[in-house]
Amino acid sequence: MTETWQPSASIAALRRRSEILAHIREFFSQRKVMEVETPLLAPYSVTDVYLQSYAIEKPPQSVPLYLQTSPEFAMKRLLAAGSGPIYQLNKAFRQEEKGRQHRPEFTLLEWYQPGYDHHQLMQEVVQLVMGVVPNLQLVYVSYRKLFQDNLAINPHNVRLNDISPLMHKNGLGNLLEENDVTTCLQVLMSHVIEPTFPDNQLTFVYDYPVKQAALARIRADEIPVAERFEMYIGQIEIANGFHELCDAEEQRERFRQDQVMRCQHSMPPVAMDEKFLAALESGLPDCSGVALGVDRLIMAALELHDLAEVIAFANDY
Amino acid sequence: MATYNTNDFRGGLKLLIQGDPCSIIENEFVKPGKGQAFARVKLRNLKTGRVLERTYKSGETVEAADVMEVEMQYLYNDGAAWHFMDNATFEQLSADANVVGEAAKWLKEQDICTLTLWNGAPISVEPANFVILKIVETDPGLRGDTSGGGGKPATLETGAVVRVPLFVQQDELIKVDTRSGEYVSRAKDD
Repeated sequence: MTETWQPSASIAALRRRSEILAHIREFFSQRKVMEVETPLLAPYSVTDVYLQSYAIEKPPQSVPLYLQTSPEFAMKRLLAAGSGPIYQLNKAFRQEEKGRQHRPEFTLLEWYQPGYDHHQLMQEVVQLVMGVVPNLQLVYVSYRKLFQDNLAINPHNVRLNDISPLMHKNGLGNLLEENDVTTCLQVLMSHVIEPTFPDNQLTFVYDYPVKQAALARIRADEIPVAERFEMYIGQIEIANGFHELCDAEEQRERFRQDQVMRCQHSMPPVAMDEKFLAALESGLPDCSGVALGVDRLIMAALELHDLAEVIAFANDY
Repeated sequence: MATYNTNDFRGGLKLLIQGDPCSIIENEFVKPGKGQAFARVKLRNLKTGRVLERTYKSGETVEAADVMEVEMQYLYNDGAAWHFMDNATFEQLSADANVVGEAAKWLKEQDICTLTLWNGAPISVEPANFVILKIVETDPGLRGDTSGGGGKPATLETGAVVRVPLFVQQDELIKVDTRSGEYVSRAKDD
């Protein structure tokens, strides 16, 4: 009798959600970007140290299967096969804790534009987002300028000695670890810099330190940077994009480094996606891609503050 | 030593931070894009009442504080300490002015209040939300005034001073909300 069977989101919010999903499909249809679907259940997964996928306990044919954390590898195989521009609007799964801005199952919009660099793709993201969340002030800022303006450090060559006083000053001294400047930068970003973004600002942060390249290509400036960007509405990160790495050898080497890190953190190794690497070897066209958290975008459009308010049944477990 | 993992964090959980017992007010899961996950917590120091913020790596463990809340009857004040008794076990505890703090002005002998104990010793005292106290001193109000407008100060038997409507008189019992320190109504002696 006391079962709470009602949805966590209001019907009005779900109607807006449906309109936004229709708007997204219309946006891509007009631009002749093909909608694709790739498997949610696959025999490989990401090697990222801080992304855990769910493994299926009793897979058919006893092949280990994972719920996909993003459709990136499969979509790049389509690109390598000559698909041209593609997008996917689908669920993704990440073994994460739950919070107002995190759900283990969420809706991800991912798209790729052959021939675009990350700046051209950012402009396309603006056009999509502005059509969903109006009246945003657009700001582009490099990762370097953000850290120089807010914390007076150059994030691309800062040393632990220079960054640790900033950690202590902001009450984050307990997170300092030897040789881990990257974590310091990420924490300073989320605790000190992001809170300064105004609520109505659409912020693109671009050109990340090479240690945070993930699957982005590296540009050989005097200080090399990764051609990666993140997009925020207000203080909430909504999207992450790359001018994609196309070099199979470098990709394999990054997977290897992830595996070493996973091992150091006593985490289980994950099988590298050999089909994806083979597709890279055969040739991935120069392209940029972006993954956008649709639930968060809808939350921003509706000016709500908890994902449960835009997902039908977010609190069943 | 009991500990909590960040996965256990939730409102009301008691942690030991830099030697002081603290209670979690709010816990937010934070994950920078492609980075490590953190638990960002807002806590209240139960000794000082101060609010502080801490961030822990997801999965980290933090020492638990042995804190519990007990309902006890206030017995008397001997000039230096306030004495309380557990009505179930008849065990008695005493607390000094630092611990009792602002609650002192609402404590009437035999009233039930809530004590927060850390490692068995009291660190704070909460009076009941509503207490009934006698007015020991107030100016006579204007005749015929039956509304609550304006009001006047009244000193209560515990020493607290609250604003009461003009029609309320000395020696009357009144009900007071201890959280706001405001007069609620007249009360009957029962």
